Amino acid sequence: MKVLVAVKRVIDYNVKVRVKPDNSGVDLANVKMAMNPFCEIAVEEAVRLKEKGVASEIVVVSIGPKAAQEQIRTALALGADRGIHVETDQEVQSLEAAKLLKAVVEKEEPKLVILGKQSIDSDNNQTGQMLAALTGMPQGTFASEVVVEGEKVNVTREVDGGLMTVSLNLPAVVTTDLRLNEPRYASLPNIMKAKKKPLDATSPADLGVDISPRLETVKVEAPAARKAGIKVEDVAQLVDKLKNEAKVI
Amino acid sequence: MSILVFAEHDNSSLKQATLSVLAAAKEIGGDIDVLVAGENCGAVAEQAAKADGVNKVLVADNAAYGHFLGENLGELVAELGKNYSHILAAAGTTGKDFMPRVAALLDVAQISDIMGVVDADTFVRPIYAGNAIATVKSKDSTKVITVRPTAFDPVAAEAGSASVENLDVVKDAGLSSFVKEELAQSDRPDLASASIVISGGRGMQNGENFKMLEQVADLLGAAVGASRAAVDAGFVPNDMQVGQTGKIVAPQLYIAVGISGAIQHLAGMGDSKVIVAINKDEEAPIFQVADYGLVADLFEAIPQLEEELKKVL
Ligand SMILES: Cc1cc2nc3c(=O)[nH]c(=O)nc-3n(C[C@H](O)[C@H](O)[C@H](O)COP(=O)(O)OP(=O)(O)OC[C@H]3O[C@@H](n4cnc5c(N)ncnc54)[C@H](O)[C@@H]3O)c2cc1C
Repeated sequence: MKVLVAVKRVIDYNVKVRVKPDNSGVDLANVKMAMNPFCEIAVEEAVRLKEKGVASEIVVVSIGPKAAQEQIRTALALGADRGIHVETDQEVQSLEAAKLLKAVVEKEEPKLVILGKQSIDSDNNQTGQMLAALTGMPQGTFASEVVVEGEKVNVTREVDGGLMTVSLNLPAVVTTDLRLNEPRYASLPNIMKAKKKPLDATSPADLGVDISPRLETVKVEAPAARKAGIKVEDVAQLVDKLKNEAKVI
Repeated sequence: MSILVFAEHDNSSLKQATLSVLAAAKEIGGDIDVLVAGENCGAVAEQAAKADGVNKVLVADNAAYGHFLGENLGELVAELGKNYSHILAAAGTTGKDFMPRVAALLDVAQISDIMGVVDADTFVRPIYAGNAIATVKSKDSTKVITVRPTAFDPVAAEAGSASVENLDVVKDAGLSSFVKEELAQSDRPDLASASIVISGGRGMQNGENFKMLEQVADLLGAAVGASRAAVDAGFVPNDMQVGQTGKIVAPQLYIAVGISGAIQHLAGMGDSKVIVAINKDEEAPIFQVADYGLVADLFEAIPQLEEELKKVL
């Protein structure tokens, strides 16, 4: 079975984000970029499915600027077989990303598409679900376990109340949550090998998708800063402050 | 303008979050209808009809909606939603699951997790784990929006008497089915809406030690939460995770115990009214946001806290 994994290039999760002085966005100049952590989990899950003999081929796709090829190469080093780069320097919002991925899905016809549940830049949590709706596929969102059985996949989902398991007809879309697996690191020999794996480039125009954004960003501001408070001496003082100063207990 | 609010519930009672979504809908302005989709959910419809500001309650009562499967809800809400200028749901795991399907089926963008309404087209939402706050304007004819419940004060639960209308549309996509559910059983208040939350992190060392926090929680009528590290390590279940990618809480009092204060954690509790941090490392970043910080070993401080609280409560 063929598995398609979508990965996104985002700001590294350790980087302290700074808002640009003109409030037009976040300053991404000279900051460390990396694969979105949830996408790493998606790649890892695909690789594990291949190691179990469930997946036969893993295709990894990324939408973004030329530099997004770094993240595709990382996925190839982790075990994906070939890459597709949908190259664009424009901002791509979730609906448009889903449309681009739909075009790739129609060409590749994977049995399973795995994406991260959200990217840590826009925090949208939309693309996988939109792709599923556009392609008429079922979805297992926020997955903590994925078990393929014949023509179905059972997905255990992390929901507000606990865990919920659904059974989906294949082909299906899965979005990953944090507990699905712990991604491995790429070994040096695999990083070298990944350089020779096939990576095809395409573009929104080639795929026939209009990626004009629907949402206009009016401004981006820094959040209201919280003032650091005081250090209390001991537990008795803490309880006294909570009762008599803050009046919250 | 006309707004469709998706009611979040468990087939027997309306979730408090829905009252906050209604508050967001009132800020947008216009006629507000509430959709109650579920199975044997008549009691929920009655509760929704009493909420302040509701014009009409639409009820879709069918086994296809019993477990809130995204495929079925997506089709239902996309069809009903065509007649509205705005479609709103709480940004919990149900809304996050099916709302993007609605948006895609209507060929519109979704605006996720709004924390403010500027006008009928313009909304405020956090990005980058809340390290930046974006104001975005939608050019679409229908706005599909998920709402951060903690950012809007709930409307009154018992204020109105809207009409209730039963729908006979059944959308069963036939793509997915429910297998099982393992829901956390707790007599404590719901984490997302509790007025006091006490959370433990990696510093708790194991799940057994969370009992110490539970004892304090029971004295305070608090909910118990956790950091990702505590959930990943298997100390406590996933539904207790507070943060960027877990639950968003904004209680009157948040007590962080053995939590370092990573940005991803702060994203989930930074809007709490009063923050207390108990950590043995005085350099821990959590102290930068704490109103009251106590540098101490939690294994000494938490039993003391329990004793002190017993004296004053
Ligand atoms: C994509 C992504 C999403 C994430 N989402 C979330 C999220 O939603 N929520 C979240 O919480 N995190 C999230 N994280 C993880 C986050 O980056 C941190 O790793 C995590 O919050 C750390 O948890 P912690 O504070 O419990 O552990 P640590 O950072 O290890 O801190 C433990 C703290 O306990 C203190 N301590 C230890 N022993 C004691 C003692 N005896 N007495 C007192 N203090 C003690 C230590 O001084 C330390 O400060 C996410 C990370 C990524 C990459």
